[in-house]
Amino acid sequence: MAGEANAPLAAMIGSDVAHPTLLFVPQPRNRDMRFEFAASLAEVVLDYVRSRTQRSEVLGNDVVFLEAPQLLVPNRAGAAFVRLLGRSTRFRRTTGLYPVPQRVPTLGRWLTYLAERSEHPGSAAMLAMTEALSMHWASGQSALEDANLAAILGWIDPPDGVTGPEAAIAAEDPLVWPPAGPSTDPSFDNEVLAPAIRAYADSAPDSPRRMHALQTLERELRGQMEPTWRLMWRAVDVLRALPPGDTVEQRWTADRKDFSRYHNYLVMDGRPQARRDGAVVAARRLQTLEREQTLYDATRALDDPLVMANFRVTGEAFEGTVVSVERDRRVTGEKGRRITRPLIVVSTGDPMHLAVGAAVRSPARLGQEATIVEIRRLADSTLVTLELAGGMGRRAAPAPGTVPEEKDDITYTSAFPDAFRTPDLPPTELTPWTHGGPPQPYVPTEDDAREVWE
Amino acid sequence: MDNDTSERLRRLRGAVPAKRHNARTVAALTGNPGCARRAVLDAAGVDKEQLARHVGFPAKFGQSQFAITRGNAFEAQVKANAFAELIRLLRETLELELNEVGQTDLEEVGGNTSQEMRHIRSRQKLTGAAADGESTFFDHPLLTLDVGGNTVYLEPDLVAFHHNGKFHVVEIKSFAVIDDQADGGKVAAAATQSAVYVLALRRLLGDDDAVSDEVVLVCPKDFSNQPVATKVDVRKQLIVLQHQLSRLSRIEKLVGELPPALTFDLAAGDDGKPTRSAAALTAALAEVEARYAPDCLAKCEMAFFCRKEASGCTATLGINVREELGGVETVAEALGLADGSLIASDSQAEAAAMLRTTAEIYGSVTA
Ligand code: SF4
Repeated sequence: MAGEANAPLAAMIGSDVAHPTLLFVPQPRNRDMRFEFAASLAEVVLDYVRSRTQRSEVLGNDVVFLEAPQLLVPNRAGAAFVRLLGRSTRFRRTTGLYPVPQRVPTLGRWLTYLAERSEHPGSAAMLAMTEALSMHWASGQSALEDANLAAILGWIDPPDGVTGPEAAIAAEDPLVWPPAGPSTDPSFDNEVLAPAIRAYADSAPDSPRRMHALQTLERELRGQMEPTWRLMWRAVDVLRALPPGDTVEQRWTADRKDFSRYHNYLVMDGRPQARRDGAVVAARRLQTLEREQTLYDATRALDDPLVMANFRVTGEAFEGTVVSVERDRRVTGEKGRRITRPLIVVSTGDPMHLAVGAAVRSPARLGQEATIVEIRRLADSTLVTLELAGGMGRRAAPAPGTVPEEKDDITYTSAFPDAFRTPDLPPTELTPWTHGGPPQPYVPTEDDAREVWE
Repeated sequence: MDNDTSERLRRLRGAVPAKRHNARTVAALTGNPGCARRAVLDAAGVDKEQLARHVGFPAKFGQSQFAITRGNAFEAQVKANAFAELIRLLRETLELELNEVGQTDLEEVGGNTSQEMRHIRSRQKLTGAAADGESTFFDHPLLTLDVGGNTVYLEPDLVAFHHNGKFHVVEIKSFAVIDDQADGGKVAAAATQSAVYVLALRRLLGDDDAVSDEVVLVCPKDFSNQPVATKVDVRKQLIVLQHQLSRLSRIEKLVGELPPALTFDLAAGDDGKPTRSAAALTAALAEVEARYAPDCLAKCEMAFFCRKEASGCTATLGINVREELGGVETVAEALGLADGSLIASDSQAEAAAMLRTTAEIYGSVTA
């Protein structure tokens, strides 16, 4: 609700377009009602999470669930709201002041988990629909306007007889397309919601007037949310119509693994996530995120030639034709042994911005390292000489087909899956004392549990 | 400002009173400083909201009554019990040695609430405090600021004065600070608004050093109603604000270039509607150059009108697109340069080369 920090007003949630669950709070400033809302939401969410744990497989040393939960929210602000809702419920307790059912803090942990997981590049655990769409379509409007789900979907998939731009403009009318939340339309607040909440508050419990007020609230809130509910499913349809990328499976497996890990953690330990990460945890997290970002960018480029095209435009990758090959070149390696290091020259018209010494890979031969050893700029093309290593079989002479041949069309990119190399941080338990020693797990305090939620 | 210019601004506004500014609208002046249309409309005191509505592009800047109620309730709570809570907070945040704090309510002056009177009294009290050095709070003082030749009245939530220190502007906002973090956009807006008060207070006292460039933001902590105070440095906002205000007072040049008969007169006829047609006002608007950017949608009442006018321009796609395509004004031009059917001018050469490469590479992939 407007003006309140994370006071839920209503939610529409479900996994079947025909059967959404509508939850709402008739008096958002009432604390008990907020916890009732959280408890009802928990039922839906936890049921769903549980349904993802029915089947599993063994991957390496781990038992990994075959499915993982995925939360789709309309926009970035919706994702931020989920995070805050997780924050405001995960420390709650079943005893003491303001006791709540166990599922409320459990919901808090899961929502926090999903919000944190969604920060990992390539994770699909929680997606803001506007962003998922923007990743696959370029509209003719600004990023600001693309943040409106109705507008971006109008642009991508306009109704019959209407152009994309027209549909996008129409989508800005809050009377036709109420905001996709979490903020409501101020005139709805003032003209509809406020009188409805007042009618509820002013009526006696269980009176016919109260029943009527509840019905009004439910009807009006449903009216505000249903259009977005339908948009979300249309967006899902539009996205599902795209062919999945080759590496999607790999990324979803990472999500499944992490989900299984956290599920186990909740069973074995179950303490809530800290209010804020300590320095060591934060540093690790940052490093992981950077590595994942590199991996994600690289694998997407492998999946999708349009993503690779963007790397070519920015000069981080280039495509060209092999114009000469020195296949059997051998040099003396560091240990004095003779090693095979073929040279190839690629002629490209792309605006290549890489420098001599840069490590690159060809998507078609990821197991083979290539290093740029010379760059010659001509009037309308660039000649790039590359030294190749590895991926040529065990013999002294490269196995057939392992070295590119003259006239081959070939792409080389500096963004490839293991391009990100930093010294690994020591394991958490070996954190040196200079960095505060091994981080202690966060132990929630009594105050956390009793924290007021006004 | 010379008489000529004031006269011209009056004519631009027409036979209606000048639109009153407040801290929020003064703060908004710093958004899109390069836009001549906005500078002229603001300097002339034209009611942009009414103008936009009349030409068929009403702004959508509503405020929910829930937000207003919550804001007022929080402020009242913070100031309750003779500011007890606030004194504790300021003592911690500003390290004020406040033992006893005097308090001057400047909201009303003996039933006489004329702004003129309130401002005079605020000025007396504030300058008096600077002279005798008592720690005190000033509740809702009324300050003034000259905006393009018009006096704007401004009302900060609170000004704190510390005997051997300085005046501090205190702003009470109802957005939450959760685990020591708050919404960046809201903090930025509050900082700019507070900078307006700092500037007004400095001008009133005639002494820049007397007012701290650190303001105090008081917000609810986590999910509670407990206030927490944070110091915010507003030096950067002050610079931008001063620049924009001096630009408004140098409006002569902009105004001098406009057709002499130009006016945005919204004076109403007998039916309460402006007598001049929407078409006439639309034509008038076209005389003053705009500089639309998507940011306008959140900041300026004219945004939907200007966006429509700018359709087909690269600027509507965002500042970064506009910058990347330096010198290329329209989407049609960009497409022409990309497929080689247009020859690039000197200033477009760089953008044109990039467009051509992009078209070639993407074209080869999608073909
Ligand atoms: S909306 Fe129009 S008048 Fe307002 S700042 Fe933007 S371009 Fe200028």
